[in-house]
Amino acid sequence: MIEVQQLTRTFGPIVAVDGISFRVEKGDVLGFLGPNGAGKSTAMKMLACFLKPDSGTASICGHDILRDPVGVRQSIGYLAENAPAYPEMTVSGFLRFVCDARQIKGTARTEALDRIVPMCSIESVYHQTFDTLSKGYKRRVGLAQALLHDPQVLILDEPTDGLDPNQKHEVRQLILQMAKEKCIIVSTHILEEVEQVCSRAIIIAKGKIRVDSTPKKLQEEYQVPLDEVFRRITLEKKSA
Amino acid sequence: MNGFWAVFKRELKGYFSTPVAYVFLVIFLFFAGYLPFRDGFFELRQADLSLFFKALPLLFIFMVPSVAMRLWAEERKTGSVELLLTLPITVPQAVLGKFFAAWAFLGIALLLTFPLPVTVFYLGRPDAGLIWAGYLGALLMAGGFLAIGSFFSTVTKNQVISFILSVVACGILVYAGMPTTLEYLSASVSPALLSLMENLSFQIHFESIQRGVIEAKDLAYFVILIAAWVYASMLVLEERKAH
Repeated sequence: MIEVQQLTRTFGPIVAVDGISFRVEKGDVLGFLGPNGAGKSTAMKMLACFLKPDSGTASICGHDILRDPVGVRQSIGYLAENAPAYPEMTVSGFLRFVCDARQIKGTARTEALDRIVPMCSIESVYHQTFDTLSKGYKRRVGLAQALLHDPQVLILDEPTDGLDPNQKHEVRQLILQMAKEKCIIVSTHILEEVEQVCSRAIIIAKGKIRVDSTPKKLQEEYQVPLDEVFRRITLEKKSA
Repeated sequence: MNGFWAVFKRELKGYFSTPVAYVFLVIFLFFAGYLPFRDGFFELRQADLSLFFKALPLLFIFMVPSVAMRLWAEERKTGSVELLLTLPITVPQAVLGKFFAAWAFLGIALLLTFPLPVTVFYLGRPDAGLIWAGYLGALLMAGGFLAIGSFFSTVTKNQVISFILSVVACGILVYAGMPTTLEYLSASVSPALLSLMENLSFQIHFESIQRGVIEAKDLAYFVILIAAWVYASMLVLEERKAH
């Protein structure tokens, strides 16, 4: 469902993403791992058609990110890093705006809202404005926004960042519940998350893919805990 | 088109869910009422709004950029632009949605100056056509200033910088056509350049609409001005949205 071909993006002299290619199919939960500044967010921004690649391309559900960006955006749910939204809007107003933008109207809108609000447990803050919410609730509203139209493909940039352990657990459960029918990419640098949630892991450092494997295989191969694997892969390449 | 309406609706509502709209309206309406009287509305002994319309360009130089400055600068600063432009909304839809919402808001501000025409109708028999033409001119001028402000709002993430740049740009476009400026420059600048300056400025076009003469060239001036600056905002935003 997602096919990425030689995606590259530079910012001035810095090569943020350097010719990455991979495929993700339905039912996959791909963990996108890497140290800070490895190019995870840049790659995800390009998949969400926010940033244009310098070269290479990708297609999502048959829509090319360069030729049909609106088609891509219609078929994905995207949660950006820090879950941005409009501070003065209430949660309900914000979700209605997203419905407007995604052309979810009438009964479909009521159904979508009735489904998503309990799913992300945001009932208690539904009429609060966004700037009064805690970090955890902001992120859950962001998640609700990404899931509102029940997309086939989900791209989540650090969905559990800043959440407390209970909330982290909830979000992971949510991802696992949806895993079967969807194609999900999750970026994170929390390795236990990868073990719990992901069926596949890509480790990226300095814009390049270092490893494309499964969490299980990685552990078998290296015979050490995953964070040790992560350290070896990302540090070894850095010094090289 | 759906993207346009979603943005338009959100923006217009947004003005009234924050104090921005109310602060703006109170200050705008105060000066819109005060300036004509200060300039001798009663002493003129004429039932018309010429003094009101004469005061508007100066008022707009400061008020319109204050509406326009937040359009994109704020959105990029808070990062919400990433949310907005990863929804199925294109850059032109978003730029136009915001522009027209802000224009509609300025239209509401102009509508709320209705006590002034009511006053002149109470005091005498003004020419209604002239008043309509004046308001049309004012609305077009507001749109022109707003398009300029929208452009400078895409250029920077800092609202203060965006405000100052658009005040200066609007100020130049108004004052380039003022009789005093033209007179001052007539000694040193060739007549062709002087006429070019006059025609590029807001002043001559606004005044001629305000006199009740709605000519194609004046309308075309505003339409081209708005379209060009709005288009430039789209180009800049497309380029810089992610930076």
